Amino acid sequence: MTEKEEQLSHILERHRGERNGLIPILLEIQREFGYLPKEAMPRVAESLGIKPVEVWGVATFFNQFRLTPLGRNHIKVCMGTACHLAGGRLVLEALERELNIKVGETSPDGHFSLERVACIGCCMLAPVAVIKDKIYPKMSSFKVEEALIPYRQESKAED
Amino acid sequence: MRFEEIKKRAESQWGVFSHNPHILVGTATCGKAAGALDVIEAFKNELSRRDIRVPIIQVGCIGLCYAEPLVIISKPDSLRIAYHNVTPDLASRLVEGYIVGDDPCLEIALGTFETDERGTPYIPELPRFEHELRLILGRCGYIDPENIHDYIANRGYSALARALGMSPEQIVEEIKRSGLRGRGGAGFYAGEKWDQCRRAPAKRKYVICNADEGDPGAFMDRVILESDPQEVIEGMIIAGYAIGAERGYIYVRAEYPLAIERIRNALRQAEEIGLLGEDILGSGFHFHIGITEGAGAFVSGEATALVAAMEGKRSEPRVRPPRLAEAGLWGCPTLLNNVKTFAYVPFIIGNGIDQFLSIGTEHSKGTAVFTLAGKIQYPGLTEVPMGTTLRKVVYDIAGGMRNQKKFKAVQIGGPSGGCIPETLLDLPIDFDSLHEAGSMMGSGGMIFMDEEDCAVDTARFFLDFTTKESCGKCTMCRMGTLQLLSILEDICTGKAKIEDMELLQELSQDVKMGSLCGLGRSAPNPVLTTMRYFGDEYRAHILEKRCPALVCKDLIAYYILREKCDRACEHCILVCPTEAIKGGKGEIKVINQEKCSKCGTCLEVCPPEYHAVVKISPISKLPPDPKGEEGPAQGGG
Ligand SMILES: Cc1cc2nc3c(=O)[nH]c(=O)nc-3n(C[C@H](O)[C@H](O)[C@H](O)COP(=O)(O)O)c2cc1C
Repeated sequence: MTEKEEQLSHILERHRGERNGLIPILLEIQREFGYLPKEAMPRVAESLGIKPVEVWGVATFFNQFRLTPLGRNHIKVCMGTACHLAGGRLVLEALERELNIKVGETSPDGHFSLERVACIGCCMLAPVAVIKDKIYPKMSSFKVEEALIPYRQESKAED
Repeated sequence: MRFEEIKKRAESQWGVFSHNPHILVGTATCGKAAGALDVIEAFKNELSRRDIRVPIIQVGCIGLCYAEPLVIISKPDSLRIAYHNVTPDLASRLVEGYIVGDDPCLEIALGTFETDERGTPYIPELPRFEHELRLILGRCGYIDPENIHDYIANRGYSALARALGMSPEQIVEEIKRSGLRGRGGAGFYAGEKWDQCRRAPAKRKYVICNADEGDPGAFMDRVILESDPQEVIEGMIIAGYAIGAERGYIYVRAEYPLAIERIRNALRQAEEIGLLGEDILGSGFHFHIGITEGAGAFVSGEATALVAAMEGKRSEPRVRPPRLAEAGLWGCPTLLNNVKTFAYVPFIIGNGIDQFLSIGTEHSKGTAVFTLAGKIQYPGLTEVPMGTTLRKVVYDIAGGMRNQKKFKAVQIGGPSGGCIPETLLDLPIDFDSLHEAGSMMGSGGMIFMDEEDCAVDTARFFLDFTTKESCGKCTMCRMGTLQLLSILEDICTGKAKIEDMELLQELSQDVKMGSLCGLGRSAPNPVLTTMRYFGDEYRAHILEKRCPALVCKDLIAYYILREKCDRACEHCILVCPTEAIKGGKGEIKVINQEKCSKCGTCLEVCPPEYHAVVKISPISKLPPDPKGEEGPAQGGG
């Protein structure tokens, strides 16, 4: 068994038979792997005694769940109401342009991924972007390039 | 232990604490985002460098999010002062100035909590606080949310102690007579629900606190849970006792990790001293509370959808009846209330109902909590008596609009609510008045818009949200909202016909009628209210291809004013991502409209002293290209 499979078995073992626990289980798997690996789904179903389609149904219903891995530097752009009014869309478009990916995608080298989120509750700092859990307040299309510099350097160093 | 003993111990701890110097730093999500943790580091370093011991307490949010990081310093026999927008440098200065020395650093103070002859602003007299009345936010930002004793010393759990001496019927009766209405959106009378649940014949019943807070622009439930979690827990325990439940859950969205952490800690502490768990305060009543993390879906906030999510299913609303009070979680009678609804319970039971009844309007008792965001001076959180006018909220509490812009509208209640225009500023806000204006209390999130915000684009934004969040169960909600969105997109891009406005009206009614839950039933509200109050703006988009607020991308063009452009400056050229701006050194810059992607960066970087880049709508009003004149050569030159 690979290490990953073992981790998965651990999670499933802890929740064996808890049908109600489907969402917590998926959240836990995602926390462990960063996304929901396809191979995990039938195993979740089996351990709860339900059909795989039920697992897929839940996994695709909620915004939290991701079916593809994220980039090492995951970027979230807030598209809450306050951020929208303050020009959040221009920030998102600038990021798409800078990173050369569309929202929802991960760059081919795996360094960056871009996501739009509904609201992170920091409306007074609008528009807001979050890069790797660091909040960038009062963003603008102009500030995007500069904000990315440290992450780009880091990525270069890793390669 | 008896409650009196617990209370005495908490009060003596609090007494020692409050009579000694201490520093409170707001570290709710808003404080953290503004850099509160760096400020704490700076305080710690400076204090340890000087070898002084002063406790630094991480508190929640007092609602002045614009002033974060916010620090309150207390010194015995001296003023208690709040400082705003504190930086690490200012933190070191405060240690030197006020903790060690006697200089209260008033120039960076927001105000004091005691009157002071030097004329320092007295916080309770700031315009904002004159209108505020804090029944449930009272402790937020002043107590340590991770220390239950702070809560108990400030009247906490007295209501539970009183409740356990009453019969469940009496409690339900008090909640009924208080007129408390649910704060989750619809304003359903809480007492009715509690009564139904209490009467439901079942051995197992559940209490659920709805902390899903899905409106993208409301954050009060988060603030309460991060700042004063025990208040909500106490309300839930009282509810459990009143309806005969032994188990409760707090359903909180996974996007709120700090709230989850603080609730978890609060539950543990309440259990440790016997206020939660088995045989609470020796009464023989058992009650346990667990946390369920939501996985992010707006519709999950709807009562029946929330229960489905808790059962590990797709979060789709179902037909009622049966109501949750009859068959809720795992088929058992279930009481579901919003975070704030539970938060009012300790106040009502603890103080008796008369005080609560004396506040508010005839059919909306008590206070309302609003989050304030958008184009105002002072974004944050506020609590005012029901019936306070919008004008007071905008101009006194929120400080009016930013940058001397004109107030245009306020969107209340997020995607389910509506846009309220300036003509209704004197509307006393309560559940019913908002409903009449075509909006609703909803989440209580208020987003203020100024003349630079487009009514049509705002409606489009909310429809885009509801379309994405519709669970897909009802056709009218799934397809109807999509059609509404597509018409709104046509309007925003100048492709619509005037008849489309009628179609929007009609379709809105159909979506309302044809949807099962509040998501679809209220999704058209933003469209209907913006059409009702800003119909001219819709017509300008359709008939003139003009966006009066200069927002809708397809109807505007960026243009550099020839007379204002400073020829020597090249800011715009350097930043333009599509190389659409031409003009050499010493020449007037010109935007090539064909290449322009309308990203707005040139407008942002054009120095304010020139202000040469402007937006023009309709595009047909764009001045013709300057051919053959000085400036960038187009062909000749
Ligand atoms: C689409 C939709 C989303 C909702 N989201 C929430 C929410 O985030 N929080 C909440 O308390 N109520 C929400 N509600 C209202 C709940 O269905 C329910 O009425 C409420 O939680 C009951 O509590 P209350 O009586 O204390 O208001 C939502 C309703 C709908 C239709």
